Amino acid sequence: MGARLRARLAPYWLVLPAWLWLVIFFVVPTLIMLSVSTMTGNLLDGFKQTFHWSTYSDGWDAYHVQFVRSIVYGLVATVLCLVIAYPVAYWIAFRGGRHKSTLLFLLLLPFFVSFVIRTQSWNFILSDNGIVLSPLKHWHVLGKDYHVLQTPMAVVGGLVYNFLPFTVLPIYVALERVDPALLEASSDLYANKATAFTKVVLPLSMPGVFAAVLLTFVPVASDYVNATILGGPKTTMIGNIIQTEYFTNSDYPTAAALSFILMAALLIGVFAYARVLGTEDVLEMAAA
Amino acid sequence: MTALAGEALELAEEHNAPQRRRRRVHGRWVLPLWGWLVLLWLFAPIGVMIVFGFNNYTGKFNTTWQGFSLKWYRHLFALSDLTTALENSLSIAAIVTVIATILGTFLGMALGKYRFRGAGSVNLLLFANIAAPEIVLGAALLSMFLTLGIPRGYWTIVIAHVMFSIAYVAVTVKARMAGMDPALEEAARDLGAGPVTTFFKVTLPMLMPGVLAGALLTFALSIDDYIITSFNNGNTQTFPLWVYGASQRNGGSVPAQVNVMGTLIFGFGVLVAVIGFAMNREKKVRDNG
Repeated sequence: MGARLRARLAPYWLVLPAWLWLVIFFVVPTLIMLSVSTMTGNLLDGFKQTFHWSTYSDGWDAYHVQFVRSIVYGLVATVLCLVIAYPVAYWIAFRGGRHKSTLLFLLLLPFFVSFVIRTQSWNFILSDNGIVLSPLKHWHVLGKDYHVLQTPMAVVGGLVYNFLPFTVLPIYVALERVDPALLEASSDLYANKATAFTKVVLPLSMPGVFAAVLLTFVPVASDYVNATILGGPKTTMIGNIIQTEYFTNSDYPTAAALSFILMAALLIGVFAYARVLGTEDVLEMAAA
Repeated sequence: MTALAGEALELAEEHNAPQRRRRRVHGRWVLPLWGWLVLLWLFAPIGVMIVFGFNNYTGKFNTTWQGFSLKWYRHLFALSDLTTALENSLSIAAIVTVIATILGTFLGMALGKYRFRGAGSVNLLLFANIAAPEIVLGAALLSMFLTLGIPRGYWTIVIAHVMFSIAYVAVTVKARMAGMDPALEEAARDLGAGPVTTFFKVTLPMLMPGVLAGALLTFALSIDDYIITSFNNGNTQTFPLWVYGASQRNGGSVPAQVNVMGTLIFGFGVLVAVIGFAMNREKKVRDNG
């Protein structure tokens, strides 16, 4: 009896410490943030709960430009990542031969260097009188005023650069699971290479593509490091605004409301996406 | 993500095979060319970082090449704030790895081994934690610390990093646990091993690859984290935070010590990976031979 009860409780004891940590430092803070978002007041006099829901609509009115920009940058960067990553994943999976591990390893190697340093390094490479633009301007290939930094191109480029492995890896894993016998079968059935790709390989790799979209889009749309280091006043993303509201303006309710809108928008999107594809699958692909 | 990298590398190892049927087809060079160009692009900023760590510049801006010098390697620890920041990053990553690996391993074991009421909601919690944008995780935690008047610093960074790492460890360990034959644990018990002995002699060794992958991932996530840390650091600096701040203050230029530290960390990572690679290969040869 005692032993059976102990056995039934075993999983709960194992789950408890991590569960407590996540509840105290993830769930409760999220609820507190929700509560802060409807408070009014200021830093000196303190904030009081007044259920002031219009902070949400005010926040949206003031910053919808940055919200929309974040979503647009996120979508463009995700599509670019897919376009760049798919051929690379395909190359390694189907043509890597004996060098598969080495190529994959080379692909991950840059990520040993902190992403802040790599982004900062792009700022250096692309700077107005830097190692790329300076000679081009000298030879009159580009005009004197041409610049890359502070443009949407620089920010989206930085985002694509930083999040590319999040796109390559799930696609690679999905492609690696495609049985080569299927390709032979399709060629036995007189499919040419293009048909074999569109009818066999591409559909089978779709779970990887879906996981890649998820893993790339969420961090890209909520990033603000690239927008700060590579962008300018006209490329601020919603992450920059949230950061400023917290640390420069100390307007915690607005910052909390904006964070909540961002989280709600992304999580609803993600869950709807996961529902369509089956939660377990996406979770496994995303986290595996 | 890095766990995915582990799986990808494992798959690559399994499927490493001499190429089948080498036919000469028109346009075969397009894919490799694309692949190598992408790799070149990925390495470009790192090449620049390494080269400018050897730049013999004076003054504040490390922006134009002024000759080769090793002086930044000699004066690596000349900037005491930067050194402190790096030390913080390393010690935080070490503490976080220990805590998150233990908590995440237990959680992953429970989810991989037992069917119990509430397992679904725990899975959902992990999914939400992984899917939530980093900035929101950081902002929510900050809201709590501000509301409760908890001062932010070294230990709030540790708390935050453990919070975002547990789920990754749990998922890797869970996958490993689910693939394990429960008969092994039963056999150990039949042979008279107690639960503790069974755990340390049977379960843990079998889970080890998953646990190690989770630990490495946690270390990497922690040492490189910027966004969540920037919300909860108070006056404590970490390496990425210091670099970011220096870059903002100094018009996009950072002192060469940053390049040198980046180069050394990169070199260390490459060394560890190459050794792991070689050992893995040797093991494979032994296993097959």
